Amino acid sequence: MTEDVVISTRDLTRHFRVGGGFLGGPARVVRAVDGVTLDIRARETFALVGESGCGKTTLGRVMLRLQEPTSGTVAYRGTDLTGLDEGAMNALRKKLQIVFQDPYASLNPRMRVGEILAEPLRSHGFGSSAEIRERSAELLEMVGLRRQYLRNYPHQFSGGQRQRIGIARALANGPDFVVCDESVSALDVSIQAQVLNLLADLQDQLKLTYLFITHDLAVVRQFADRVGVMFLGQLVEVGRTEELFAAPLHPYTMLLMEAVPRPDPHQRGRDRPILTGEIPSPMNLPPGCRFHTRCPFARDICRVEDPALQERGGRTVACHFPLNG
Amino acid sequence: MAETDIILSVQGLTTEFSGDRGDVRVLDDVSFDVGRGRIVGVVGESGSGKSMTALSLMGLVPQPQGRVSARSITLDGQEISRLGPSAMRRIRGRDIAMVFQEPMTSLNPVRRVWEQVGEPLAIHHGLGRRAIRARVLEMFELVGIPEPKTRLDAYPHQLSGGLRQRAMIAMGLICEPKLLIADEPTTALDVTTQSQILRLMRDLRDRVGTSIILITHDLGIIAEMCDEVNVMYAGQLVEQGEVFALFDQPAHPYTRGLLASIPRATEPRAGRRMPSIPGMVPNLAKLPPGCRFNPRCGEVMPVCLRRDPGLTAAGTGSGPGHTARCWLHSPNGGTA
Repeated sequence: MTEDVVISTRDLTRHFRVGGGFLGGPARVVRAVDGVTLDIRARETFALVGESGCGKTTLGRVMLRLQEPTSGTVAYRGTDLTGLDEGAMNALRKKLQIVFQDPYASLNPRMRVGEILAEPLRSHGFGSSAEIRERSAELLEMVGLRRQYLRNYPHQFSGGQRQRIGIARALANGPDFVVCDESVSALDVSIQAQVLNLLADLQDQLKLTYLFITHDLAVVRQFADRVGVMFLGQLVEVGRTEELFAAPLHPYTMLLMEAVPRPDPHQRGRDRPILTGEIPSPMNLPPGCRFHTRCPFARDICRVEDPALQERGGRTVACHFPLNG
Repeated sequence: MAETDIILSVQGLTTEFSGDRGDVRVLDDVSFDVGRGRIVGVVGESGSGKSMTALSLMGLVPQPQGRVSARSITLDGQEISRLGPSAMRRIRGRDIAMVFQEPMTSLNPVRRVWEQVGEPLAIHHGLGRRAIRARVLEMFELVGIPEPKTRLDAYPHQLSGGLRQRAMIAMGLICEPKLLIADEPTTALDVTTQSQILRLMRDLRDRVGTSIILITHDLGIIAEMCDEVNVMYAGQLVEQGEVFALFDQPAHPYTRGLLASIPRATEPRAGRRMPSIPGMVPNLAKLPPGCRFNPRCGEVMPVCLRRDPGLTAAGTGSGPGHTARCWLHSPNGGTA
């Protein structure tokens, strides 16, 4: 079992301190990631979904140690990353990569594509300049672009092509685990499907494991093998994609799914349940279950006792009264 | 539709920009009607011209680089396409209001919310502060802002994204406009907040009879909200129709391709690969001859490479209001 787990977190937290300086009043703590225990298995696509501010992006970054955890552990194939010194961590970075949302903001506009792709190769001592040039050309072809584009600048490409360049850069040193942080969210729908198909092909060819961070549940259902639903820094439900969508256990999962506009006028949702109210502030969490202030099914115990993640037929859910149970 | 039931009629709207490399036509001969109390969708990808349609209608295209022309634009029977800038200013905010994607950047961060939401009343009706404040409070109640009294004196950053967009809608509706143009009004919001705002817009149409042009890239939002749909591609309308006709019997290969490539949250995964439209949206300065979709179309015929088909009846048996810009449906077919 452990050999096919690529990333493993145990009670991982990341807290941010806000305010509290000179004249700043008392410091307050934002619990961006608040106790996440999760195994991501080899060659799967694990989707992390949730609304803005739920902590999904921070969790992805802490997994790669782009941000340090406040407590808890992250292990990559059995090696505890939290204990590694800088040198050892840098050596492992070849295997741990990220593709960002905005391909324009994440590519240096003054560098040619060839230099953008050569940089990670050089920093990991890939080889001679000629070898680096050849590898860069090969990377472009892997993501469906012509090798002649090595001489071009990012602004000469469309959004979809720029995202392909971002993917090529992440693949440069032969990664094992790739975090895709809203990597197709900014793309037009006709281009989005092309990039998702590319990611699927690369996963098959290169035996990649993906953490796919997104707010888009439709993409999750069509692309991910398993899903974790995040709310205010915690996982509230984890399960296989098909089981989770067919019969969500957590009320939040169900309400998120109901909120997605359906591209079929015959399914107009005038009577669908709607999630009312606003997400509580992560600086001022309600007692008990964090979701109880918005939950239509909340009862007394939900207001006082925080439900632990519990196992239910191969799935996990943090709810006192799961649905479809 | 009887003429009096039409609140906005746009005929031949064309917008061009002059640049270093000559003129670029970003909108080409766009015509559509908005019925009174109807929600009309304009859908397309980036560069399709959907937002430019709104800016052109509102007289907000940057001058002098941009030139807007139209055979006719009538608002509630009145011709507005020949009006000068000051006459258009009187119409904006009073007769046609607009809600944008980013409620934060459309609000002034250092002015209280009620003063901004009530500003159109001061400009167009010369109301005093007390009357404006009372009217803003009514509007906050109408758009479902909780604890509306305490929000009047808030600054924009003190409101959540959803509340800011509700405030923007309140500002749009405060002069009881004949038409509300909403350009990607929920794109910056989370999906649960989005469903609240969409429900609000539908309720306002049902209760107040607001006529709405809804501009979006999201066919899900179109299906949930609209009575009629205009699909745009590379500056042109490529398909128009009543919402059920368009989704049940899409006529243009682009519309069909879009519908096939939207990931669906309600259906199990079909396979490892998703259907997609090959290629990308053309550069408006280097359009292909003939039909603008021909480089990406799976059903391309020789005529498509030579001549633009124009909008004709869709011929899918879905009624007279359903039109498409495609030789597959043109009365002369591929023989023209």
